[in-house]
Formats: sequence, C-alpha cells, structure tokens
Amino acid sequence: MSLLEVQDLAVEFKSRAGYVHAVDGVSFHLEKGEVLGIAGESGCGKTTTVLAIPKLLPQNARILGGKILFNEDNLLTKTEQDMEKVRWRQISVVFQGAMNALNPVKTIGWQIGEAISHHEPDVSQGEVHRRVSELLEMVGIAAVRSRNYPHEFSGGMRQRVMIAMALACQPQLVIADEPVTALDVMVQAQILNLLKGLSHRLNLSMILISHDLSVIAETCQKVAIMYAGKLVEQGTVEHLFNNPAHPYTQRLLKAFPNIYGSKEFVSGIPGYPPDLLNPPPGCRFFDRCHVRIKRCQTEAPDDYEIEPNHHVVCHLISEKNR
Amino acid sequence: MNTPLVKIENLQVLFPMRGSLVLPGHLPKMVHAVDGVSFEIQRGEILAMVGESGCGKTTIARALLGLVKPSSGKIFFNEHDITLLKGSSLRRLRRQMQMIFQDPYESLDPRQSIFELLAEPLKIHEPDSSQGDRQTRVYTALESAGLHPANEISSRYPHHLSGGQRQRVAIAAAMILEPEFIVTDEPVSMLDVSIRAEILKLMLDLRDIKNLTYLFITHDLSLAWMISDRIVVLYLGKVVEIGLAQEVIHQALHPYTRALVSVIPLPQPAVLRQQIVLEGETPSPLDIPQGCRFLPRCWKWRKLNCPSICKETDPTLQVYGSESHKVACHFVDGG
Repeated sequence: MSLLEVQDLAVEFKSRAGYVHAVDGVSFHLEKGEVLGIAGESGCGKTTTVLAIPKLLPQNARILGGKILFNEDNLLTKTEQDMEKVRWRQISVVFQGAMNALNPVKTIGWQIGEAISHHEPDVSQGEVHRRVSELLEMVGIAAVRSRNYPHEFSGGMRQRVMIAMALACQPQLVIADEPVTALDVMVQAQILNLLKGLSHRLNLSMILISHDLSVIAETCQKVAIMYAGKLVEQGTVEHLFNNPAHPYTQRLLKAFPNIYGSKEFVSGIPGYPPDLLNPPPGCRFFDRCHVRIKRCQTEAPDDYEIEPNHHVVCHLISEKNR
Repeated sequence: MNTPLVKIENLQVLFPMRGSLVLPGHLPKMVHAVDGVSFEIQRGEILAMVGESGCGKTTIARALLGLVKPSSGKIFFNEHDITLLKGSSLRRLRRQMQMIFQDPYESLDPRQSIFELLAEPLKIHEPDSSQGDRQTRVYTALESAGLHPANEISSRYPHHLSGGQRQRVAIAAAMILEPEFIVTDEPVSMLDVSIRAEILKLMLDLRDIKNLTYLFITHDLSLAWMISDRIVVLYLGKVVEIGLAQEVIHQALHPYTRALVSVIPLPQPAVLRQQIVLEGETPSPLDIPQGCRFLPRCWKWRKLNCPSICKETDPTLQVYGSESHKVACHFVDGG
C-alpha cells in the first residue's frame, strides 16, 4: 500500500479569459520514506498538482476529477474540517519563498510553538517548549536561538526554521516547493543534505518541487517530469536520468551544463508551451518536439511502461514497438 | 601583448555602516564590500565572476560602470582611468559600457513601449539623430536580438512579452549604442531552463559579431564554466582564485573554490564524489578577520592542524602551475 496515491487528477483555474486547464490527468504514487521530485518549467502545473493534495488551492481553482488517496483515504471527499486535521499533522508544506513570510515581530520559537499548540491544543506549554528546542536542533540551529527574531537569521537559517516548522506536528509527508531557489550554492547544498538526512532519519516521505533537474538528481529517489499540465515521464532517478525516453526530458537534460561532460554549448528548447486555455488535442509538446510524427498533432499519447516503474507518455514508444 | 580593455588595480569600495553612531573624532564603522581587487579583462573575452551573495560581485560591477565611487584603487577602461572622469567625459565613456540586469520583469519601464525604451539612449547620447534614423537603429537592434518582426514588437509594452522576450529586449537595449563592454548580472537566473540556453547563445553570437567583451556575474559555477574563458572567484571582497575556466573548475586550488565546485548539483545521479560542505555562511564584511579571511570556514586549515601563518598573514595572489592561474592561499601544495 502506498502512502500517497494520486489518480487522474485534473485541476482548472477560472480566469477572465476562461478556464485554464492547469493540471490534466496526473497520476503518481509515493511510498513511505520516499522522496519524489517534480520538475518542469514555470506554468507546467507542478505547484498546482502538489497543493491539490492538502487542498490548499486558491479560491478560483476547481478540482475537476481524480482521486488523492492518502493512507487509502480519499482526501478529495473530505470536508474542510476534516482536512484541518490532515494538514500539519499528516501533510505539511514548505511554501515557495515562505522563509520571507515569517512574522517579523515574533520570535522564531514562538512561531514554531504556535504551530504545535494550534494543532495539538492538549500539549502543555513546557512540552511545546521542549519540542521547539528539539525541532531547532534537528534542523541544525542551536536551541538558544529560539528567542531570536527572523531578522537575526540569514536566508538559509530562515529556510531551516521553515523546515522545522513543517516538522512540528510529526507529519508523514512533507511537500517542499522550490526549497533552495534563491539560496547560495553552499547554503543550497546544506539545505538539500538536511532534507535528505531528515527523510532518512525520520522515514519521512517528501515531494520536492524544483525547476532544477540537478537538484532533483542529487536529492530524490523518484522523479516526475511535467509539461503543460501533463505528466510526461516518471521513474526512478537512476532510470530516468540515465535513460530519458520522452523528447522533452531529453532536451531538458541537455539544457543543463554539466562540468564533467564536454564543454559544448547547451541547447535550449525553442518555442513556448501551449496556451492552456485551449490545450491542443494531440501531444502538448508537439510544437516544440524535434522528433514529432503526424499522429502527435491530433492524438494524445498514452502512458507506456518501458521499464518497471518507468513511465513515458509519447507516441514514439509505441511506434518503436510496432 | 594587447592592452586589456578593462583593468582594475587594487580596487577598494567601503560603505559607511548605516545607522551607526559616530562619535566626534571617530570614523564611522565601514563595510568592506570590495577590499583590494585587481584583475584584467582582455578584448573579446568573457570573464565570469563567481562567489556567494555579499562577496562584492555586484559592487565591483557598479564601480566599473561608474555607478559607485571607489574608495581607492584605479579602474582603467581603454587605458583611461574612469575614477578620474566626471560629467560629459564620463558620459561619453559610459556609452561604451552597458549592463544587462538579472530581472527582466523589473529592469524595463512598464510605461514605455519597447520602441521608446530602445530609442531613449539614442536621444540622450545622439540628440541630433533623426526620427527615421532612430527607427532603423531600434529595428536592427531588435532583429539582432532575435525579436521578429521588429516593427510589431517595438509597439508593444513589456507586459505583453514573456520573460525570455523581455530579456532579449534588455539585450537589444544594451546593444543599441554599440558598446564594447557589457556587464551582465545573473542574466538568466530568472528564466526557465529551456529559455536560458537561447539567451546565452544570443549573447555569445553577439560577442562574435560585434567583438564584445563581457563581465559575466553569476553564482552558478557550472554556467560560468560553460560560458566563460576565465573565471574569477571572490570571497568577502577579495579575489581568492582566478584562472582559465578549465583550471578553476577542474584544477581548483583554493579550499573555497574546491568546496564550491564539490557542491555543484549535477544533472546526473550516482556520480560518486566527495562533497565539501562548508559550515555556516559568509561572515559579515564588517569585521573581517585578520590574516586569511576564509580561515573561520576553512576545512584545510583544520586538516593541517591550524597553522598560525593563516591567522597572521593575509595571503596574496600567487601564480601556480600556469601563468594564468593565481591563488591566494598559504597552503596550495600539500593536502
């Protein structure tokens, strides 16, 4: 049994121009203790997909269909009241740029403590205190600094505080949206090592969103690549990075300079993703694909499992097997 | 040997600390943003400047463009010391050097059409140019930045354009006065990976066509390695290592550079390598330690049982191996 199973999730946003089909038929699953990376360009629906799990989508979003099974419980049928018991205690989120959203006039300790006492009102003040110290030590901050205010911390330290806060109610799943974007290289390495270590030590499942495939290669066991609201390829990091099968993944991987590869110039992917107000009927990557065939324009491709647990959504896979 | 296009000699930029109480007869506390930096940029070269935030990268760039006054040191551009220039002579020189900023969402005036945006520098620097002349120049600049059709693009406003297109406009704007030297501050870090490569390619193509020289500021070492001829590594306002891109990345000698290179995330799993993760973050440039400023975070110093020379003497840049490769460390050999 998987800890989390997302089946055929579809989300749309209402906008002035019409309905934007931000996420369309996304399925994946996550086992206990596993770290899944979701990668893709801005606007591909990666944040929308993961924020649908704890049902934290903005007002103008609507979940059209699918199932989100968390411990075999469908979260989509739960009421808002029930969801409040799930959030923080079972699923917590480190939002993108949240380290800049700490309350500047409250101490770090107070802010982490608030998360605990709000969600677990029976816990005594002394116990809250003890847990805050423990959480800070866990993310590599001396417990005495719980009395400090956010401005006394650097960006990397504030991100550690956010991670401590996400762990406050001992969740089973932590979702981290671009946790190292805008941090320096060295601090980035520190935070990624911290997340890896925590997942290992606490047997914690994590979903990590990043536009940077190298960050995912370093941190995750599984990876899912999204393009224009669809999941185009997923598999173990080892399989997918060594043997990328979808043309988009292949091009995306080539767009990263690799200091141990040859110094030839990386190539981009000319063109732009399609307009999700009126998504094209065929493959969404059609316009930018370098190996497209005729049926890609009209027929949406199916999902093929090319190796155990390595899925690719592309017509070329079936063409090859003909 | 040709004279370098840009030459910085012992550049120092100090900022008085904001809000500090200054007693009569005392000097205010100073932030040593740039603390004795020297390097040269040859014509047609791309020099990448790397380092963590707060290492002085941006301040050096601003000093180069005459946007901040150096406290001491010299900056030569085409053999003119720009720290001595003022007024119209500075303005004349400035059109030779342009800057491309990090964030194309903020660097373009939202209330100017693309045409107005690109024509403005022409109006300032060439007030006698005719409207028709300006139009031709704007269209050529847009076309050479890969924005087609130019007449349609030039009537649009920044909010009509995507991030990649905006950065192309910023490049076109930097090119319109036909400068010799361009400073770019993280020009692709706000863009999607698939767009990045094209913008970089455009910058390289323009260098070849117009014989440009770039100072390329970035915190991304793999990007620096790919795009530049040489790399200079800064730490707390000082150069710790400088050399050919190949040397700095693959034969790094300074303990700081070696740590930085070891933590570059690779788009390739299961590559076994020893990561050197430094503890903590760059200390404040307010109280720079005596001796080597990297010492508090230096892994090598501890490995060598804390030699006292590192505490006492600030190491100077010395040549190691090849003539192009310089390092500021007392213990380059051994360990």
